[in-house]
Amino acid sequence: MNDLFTYTLRLGDDALIAAQRTAEWIAAAPQLEEDVALGNIGLDQLGQARSLLQYAGQLEGAGRSEDDLAYFRDEREFTNVQLVELPNGDFAATMARLLYFATYQHLLYEELRGCADETLAGVAGKAVKEVAYHVDHATQWVLRLGDGTEESHRRMQAGLDAMWPYTAELFASDDLVRRLDVAVDPSTLEEEWLRRVTQVIEESTCSMPTSSYQHSGGRQGRHSEHLGYLLAELQHIARSHPGAQW
Amino acid sequence: MLTDQAIWDAVGEVADPEVPVLTIADLGVLRGVRREGDQVVVTITPTYSGCPAMDLIRHEVELTLQALHVDGRVETVLSPAWTTDWMSEEGKAKLTEYGIAPPTGTRAVGGPVSVSLTIRCPLCGSPDTTELSRFGSTSCKSLWRCNSCREPFDHFKDL
Repeated sequence: MNDLFTYTLRLGDDALIAAQRTAEWIAAAPQLEEDVALGNIGLDQLGQARSLLQYAGQLEGAGRSEDDLAYFRDEREFTNVQLVELPNGDFAATMARLLYFATYQHLLYEELRGCADETLAGVAGKAVKEVAYHVDHATQWVLRLGDGTEESHRRMQAGLDAMWPYTAELFASDDLVRRLDVAVDPSTLEEEWLRRVTQVIEESTCSMPTSSYQHSGGRQGRHSEHLGYLLAELQHIARSHPGAQW
Repeated sequence: MLTDQAIWDAVGEVADPEVPVLTIADLGVLRGVRREGDQVVVTITPTYSGCPAMDLIRHEVELTLQALHVDGRVETVLSPAWTTDWMSEEGKAKLTEYGIAPPTGTRAVGGPVSVSLTIRCPLCGSPDTTELSRFGSTSCKSLWRCNSCREPFDHFKDL
């Protein structure tokens, strides 16, 4: 198996599934500005996914395009972390996830932009600046909701707690990332990630989640029950009309 | 035969479909014109990874090349990553006149702390303005309001 293909696919799948979930908020966010903000954030994630999946297709050398990879793979072939496939929950839960995920992506892309693979470095160099805005957006909301009313504090805490058991998977190391020179071993990012996330959560007056159980398996294609429904929505038009152009 | 500079000048006139007052040369989206054998290769770079205007820009550049009877193709590159620092002074002046506050050269995010910036109202010139949303009608803009003339306006945010 081509390691660089597998690695690029993981990054692309994370971005693609995150984009699909983020986009679900369009026309459903608590205020108009938030519809626009989440639309923009989802678009950034989708742009990153397209570049990564297009590159993965080239690396594989089997003639698959970004669309083939996005629309014509089944659930078990997706290698995204489970964090990004979880249903959005309420707005606070979505902001908790964005804080966790964007902070991780920011650290990852910062490292990856200096890697020896020119294409991955290029995608990362572009994405890191966009993701900085995502981190900032999530931070502002976690602070506002956590340090807001009693109800907003309660829901922010619930969101942080609900997403927490899916964060360890972001930093799980395996043979592939240790073997592949250009890959960033995500376990090296965890300490700084925890420092940044802790700082925001403490400033928001919420408490650090305490759950010790952590889910895993996304990188091996083992997913929560939610991914299948997400893919059904993402893929059904392309699969009903294979080869259609619009 | 047209010189590379003449081709640059011609394709550089292609307008950004989302901010039509700017050309792709003003924006810094046009990165280069080079030759590979008999073929001209025009390189462009997106402002944001997901910029939906890129397909249209590529198409317009191809049409411009055809109109010049130039055998050419368009390549998209991501590196070096686009930055608002590449926007020409002329482009910034055009933006202000159009009612969009241009980039200031200082990034609001990405440093160790998130900083608040004062953006001058492009309509009345007042520095007394408030950011309504860091994300605006397109990826490259944020939404502001002027506290003096009370008008909302877009700001082309720094990246």
